[in-house]
Amino acid sequence: MRTAAHPFRFAGCVELRQTLDVHALDERELMHRLAEVPTDSIFFHTFGYFLRHRPFTTAYGNDFARWAALEIGDRALAERLAVVDPFAFPALDALREHLVTILQDHLRGREAEGRVEFDRAFHFQRSHMVDVPLGLTAATLVEFRAGLATVDESAIYLHTVETRARERRAEPFAGWLRDALDLPELAERFDRIDPYLTTLERVRGRLLGFVDEALEKGRG
Amino acid sequence: MSRIDDYRAVAGPGAVDFILKLAERVKARRFLHVTGGRLGGGVAETLRAVVPLLSELGIDARWEITGGDSAYYATARALQAALEGVERVLSEEGLARWADMNRRNGKKLDLDADLTLVHDSQPASLVSVRTTGRWVWRCHFDCSPAQAGTWSLFRQFADQYDAAVFALPGFEGRLGIPMYVIPPSIDPLSERNRDLPAREVTEILAGLGVARDKPLLVQIGPFARAHDPLGVVNAYRLVEKHHDVRLVLAGTADDEPERLELLSQLREVAHEDPDVVVLELPAEAHRQINALQRAATIVLQKSVRGGFDLGPAEAMWKGKPVVGGSTGGLAQQIIPNVTGYTVYSVEGAAFRIRHLLNNPELIPRMGAAGREHVRRSFLITRELLDDLALAVHLPR
Repeated sequence: MRTAAHPFRFAGCVELRQTLDVHALDERELMHRLAEVPTDSIFFHTFGYFLRHRPFTTAYGNDFARWAALEIGDRALAERLAVVDPFAFPALDALREHLVTILQDHLRGREAEGRVEFDRAFHFQRSHMVDVPLGLTAATLVEFRAGLATVDESAIYLHTVETRARERRAEPFAGWLRDALDLPELAERFDRIDPYLTTLERVRGRLLGFVDEALEKGRG
Repeated sequence: MSRIDDYRAVAGPGAVDFILKLAERVKARRFLHVTGGRLGGGVAETLRAVVPLLSELGIDARWEITGGDSAYYATARALQAALEGVERVLSEEGLARWADMNRRNGKKLDLDADLTLVHDSQPASLVSVRTTGRWVWRCHFDCSPAQAGTWSLFRQFADQYDAAVFALPGFEGRLGIPMYVIPPSIDPLSERNRDLPAREVTEILAGLGVARDKPLLVQIGPFARAHDPLGVVNAYRLVEKHHDVRLVLAGTADDEPERLELLSQLREVAHEDPDVVVLELPAEAHRQINALQRAATIVLQKSVRGGFDLGPAEAMWKGKPVVGGSTGGLAQQIIPNVTGYTVYSVEGAAFRIRHLLNNPELIPRMGAAGREHVRRSFLITRELLDDLALAVHLPR
């Protein structure tokens, strides 16, 4: 059995939310504010949705689509925003531009539509991730599997979504499998996991499946 | 008093261990909570549970309160109301006395801490005598509709904090400091939310004079226009044309003339209709409220004004579907079609109640989803995590 050059350290995270006191009461305002807010806020309302999304809530893919559907009642816009996969963009600014472009296109030629009351407004936020070292390490694939199966689901988010989307101190699962355990094929499968429109528990289940297959084939 | 290990049984797998791990990052730090009193619900109730838990986690946690003469309390009440958007006349002289009284409080209290969390408006100006550590203003109400003049006066104090915390995005006023969001929570082990054996529920309801011979629609909340109890009666009247149900309205009235008038109207309704039960309960009737929520078929929370009423979370924790208003924190707690329904009118409330009564299989399904939703998002263990994360995030 391979032993890693350095152990994998599992960490979870807590999302501390910060309100930016920036609000949108209609779709046009949403577009203008989207173009201005810090990229951290774009991250919060798109990638961060995966951490907050629960298995029993309706999936909208991101907070913008959810607001368009539930508060504005614009199903067409909600659909167009919901289908945006944040992982498809190389940087948050590119993701922002795409979202603004969808809104621009959707609103072109339309009359100004109704505004919602303030308590139903879109409230822009950002978050600060506070890492929680779980005191759990793995030096082999078997130990890694044991950790993966039991850690808090925020660890799945931190080591997959967060590390892929923005530079973080936490090590990505895939990076460790590739570099420390020399398992490039398994790392590639971890890299290609699609957390879009699913729950972190499902992502965990799929990752465990990949590890089990690798172990059965005698890799690791 | 509950201990952290007691929450293992209710907070979900791994939640307590996760708290213990995060707490290690702020171990031995000194946290100080300051409120305007130790009595009453909401904040005081949460702190009664949280402060001992923080101590158990290795944090030096304390709780102080401010006090003063009758003019101080009168100004503090008027200030709070004006910050919540109610028209009030606040004299500069009165505000100066309030601030001076808080300065005197500051001299008497031990304010030496690494993190001082000052709750709501009464003690807020204490910040002007700050010496050590980080100071956070913890605002538990919606101050977005604050009177502009009052907010400008209040802001001179609020801006002296290192950060503010609000219950929801959109509840904030304009400030020049970072503003974080930590929603409130319920304590699943408190008298109001702990498990009650069925026999105890039956005994309590018998004591309250509430018969259980038909489905119960229950609304708990102050007899105030903001909670729209008359709207609930009208919704019930639309429902009882088709279903044999009983409506229970339980709450507190206090001595405000408007509330007493409302209570009197409701009593008149109850006098004419034996299936409407109006119960005026003392603020500390937690066990009775617990039993009423558990005995309910459907819980109503038809508030028409914002704020963060935790009634839906309490009811969902007890496995009940909730039909509630769409304002403020209610919309955050109720997931439409999953844990209940948010409604915008009396007719909407009646429609959703009828829908549930006509499709009774939805009631346990929504109840179970609601309990799970509360377990993840509205238990005191989650608030504890958020508080600890804030302490980690704010450097010493």
